[in-house]
Amino acid sequence: MTAKTWDRKDLLGLQELSASEIETILDAAVIFKSSSKISSALSGSTAAFLFSEPSTRTRSSFEVAARRLGAEVLGFSVASSSLLKGESLLDTLRNLEAMGVDYFILRHEHSGVLESLAPNTRASLINAGDGAHEHPTQALLDLFTLREKKKTLKGLKVVIVGDILHSRVARSNIHGLKKLGARVTVCGPSALIPGDIEKLGVAASHDLDAALKGADAVNVLRLQLERQNQNLITSLSDYFESYGLTPARLAAAPGCVVLHPGPINRGVEISSQAADGPNSLILEQVKNGVAVRMAVLSLIGQWRKRNA
Amino acid sequence: MPKRGGTGLLIRGGLVIDPAQKLEAVRDILLEDGKVKEIGVNLSARTALRAVQCLDAAQTWVVPGLIDMHVHLREPGRQSDETIATGALAAARGGITTVLAMPNTEPPVDNPSSVHFIKAKAASEAVVNVLIAGAATVGQKGERLTEFSRMASAGISAVTDDGRPLLNSELMRRALEYARDCGLPLIDHCEDENLSAGAPVNEGLAATVKGLRGIPWASETVMVLRDIALAELTGAHVHIAHISAAQSVAAVRLAKKRGLPVTAEATPHHFSLCDADIKGYNADFKMNPPLRGENDQEAVLAGLADGTIDAIATDHAPHGPGEKALAMALAPFGVIGLETSLALALTKLVERKILNRRQLVERMSAGPAKILGLKNKGHLKPGADGDITIIDPGVSWKVEAPFASKSRNSPFIGMKLNGRARAAIVGGRVVHAL
Ligand SMILES: [Zn+2]
Repeated sequence: MTAKTWDRKDLLGLQELSASEIETILDAAVIFKSSSKISSALSGSTAAFLFSEPSTRTRSSFEVAARRLGAEVLGFSVASSSLLKGESLLDTLRNLEAMGVDYFILRHEHSGVLESLAPNTRASLINAGDGAHEHPTQALLDLFTLREKKKTLKGLKVVIVGDILHSRVARSNIHGLKKLGARVTVCGPSALIPGDIEKLGVAASHDLDAALKGADAVNVLRLQLERQNQNLITSLSDYFESYGLTPARLAAAPGCVVLHPGPINRGVEISSQAADGPNSLILEQVKNGVAVRMAVLSLIGQWRKRNA
Repeated sequence: MPKRGGTGLLIRGGLVIDPAQKLEAVRDILLEDGKVKEIGVNLSARTALRAVQCLDAAQTWVVPGLIDMHVHLREPGRQSDETIATGALAAARGGITTVLAMPNTEPPVDNPSSVHFIKAKAASEAVVNVLIAGAATVGQKGERLTEFSRMASAGISAVTDDGRPLLNSELMRRALEYARDCGLPLIDHCEDENLSAGAPVNEGLAATVKGLRGIPWASETVMVLRDIALAELTGAHVHIAHISAAQSVAAVRLAKKRGLPVTAEATPHHFSLCDADIKGYNADFKMNPPLRGENDQEAVLAGLADGTIDAIATDHAPHGPGEKALAMALAPFGVIGLETSLALALTKLVERKILNRRQLVERMSAGPAKILGLKNKGHLKPGADGDITIIDPGVSWKVEAPFASKSRNSPFIGMKLNGRARAAIVGGRVVHAL
């Protein structure tokens, strides 16, 4: 474990973290990835899942991480309607807290819900995605994967392509990448680029080929297929024509690695050849997800022991 | 209406500010039978023998009673959030002596008997004057026009579907024509709901960082521009409610330059705050139109300064704590404002020299009186209604509960403000005094 300290009860997002806090997590994850041992950092504690949206991938990654640290894991399939209202969600948390739950891993379809809950519970909240706001552990595993491959994030050119407007993965990545010194370009149709995004210190592009020139990495976002019913995209094939990642497009950026938060829509935002190609780190991301989530849980676990 | 004071009231030694008389000097004011009887120097010498109550107003400003032309009183239908009685108390505490009640109650005020109901209720329960706006369409559904003439006879002061825009331009045209024929202003909540659908805050950096959908400024401006065109077409008076976008202010400025019958109001939250001020996901900062960008806030200030914006109105919109505890995207729009409006105007406009004292009175009393055609309000000439606000410009205070309003959904809680109403006098009767 590094000497750097972690002084937070919760992990709500990357916007509020400093570069050194992010590095603390990434450094801890290095150790968890290299040692396959089961740790007892969280033994005797209980982690509960409250997901108002389905997600097999994120949830199982968290679950494996929590179990490897010795935590008892409770899953709740809470109907989204009962999770909608802020007050009843707080009641749910407090009841579970009274039963001995120490960690809540929360996913909510509305942005910002965790921010209002966190000060009102002694349990630790870990954001597994809130609306279009943040998905910090996904971004942390993206950062970890990139850092592992490229040694440093400083000066890297990273392109995030797709539906930036609705993407919490994009927002958390922008915060994390900027803090660690990367240059970021977001790319997509105007309808899917949120207003004033440049004020976050990123470049915005509507031309993927131009954006990929000199890129060290491209993070391809999953496109929700219902966007075409909202006239936010014209058609799936029209979208692929302009923004689909293909080996031909990648050829313009030698050494550019490919990330995707999954699950992949093959032939929509990325071709199979690009997703499974030699520069793809997509499976590596999945592997790293467990180590990064173990790092987050154990750092918060240490904080809880210090502040018990 | 409140009961008229039978005896007189002498307000002594305050700085009387009345734009209608170009007056800004220390004077005494004598009210009798609920009306302004006389303004002069040292009136006490002559009235000493008569039975009058005296109010020492030294070190204060004495101004025509403030008029808030955009207030939601929630009665009937949502009395847990506000009633006519508590809304009126909140107004009095804020130095506001006349409110225009918006018709989006449950059921809405869209027929003459609803107007009579509100009138009767206000006469017996409200400490301030309650004027009534009638709905423009039945049920505020935007389909069929209401009975403008019969509601006018019942005593409405304006027509509006506030809360909802009149999206159908043909319907808006007819509403304007009937409003003109009845001598009523038509107040429009300008919002293209297709452009704003589902979004809780202004489009821009704040929305982008928070991961919230954004309402573009154009959702307001396209409707403002349409309304100006229809005001020109019909010759009817259109009043733009809660103007918030820089481009809307520019459009109204140009329309006025061309002599078109267009007026506008702005809220204290739009001249005091911008979207960068939204604290986290606190739904007390969620209102419609939303807090806009800094450039929009500056445009609203400039519009207030040059008279493009005629009136300050709160859009007082009480909501209970349960509703506001919902996720930002789900919480209802609206904030309370009656108790902080004057203090915000004093702190954010007068103290910063955006408005002088005379202009403050114009925007908060004379301006709305003129828009609503109130001949006996908005000034202090002999014979005017005895509605007076006494302002203590020097006192500093912190906005905090308890409020006189039943609700507490204010974005200003915790803010330090300078100046507030020392007293409110309605029809010659003191209804609030500190
Ligand atoms: Zn409105």
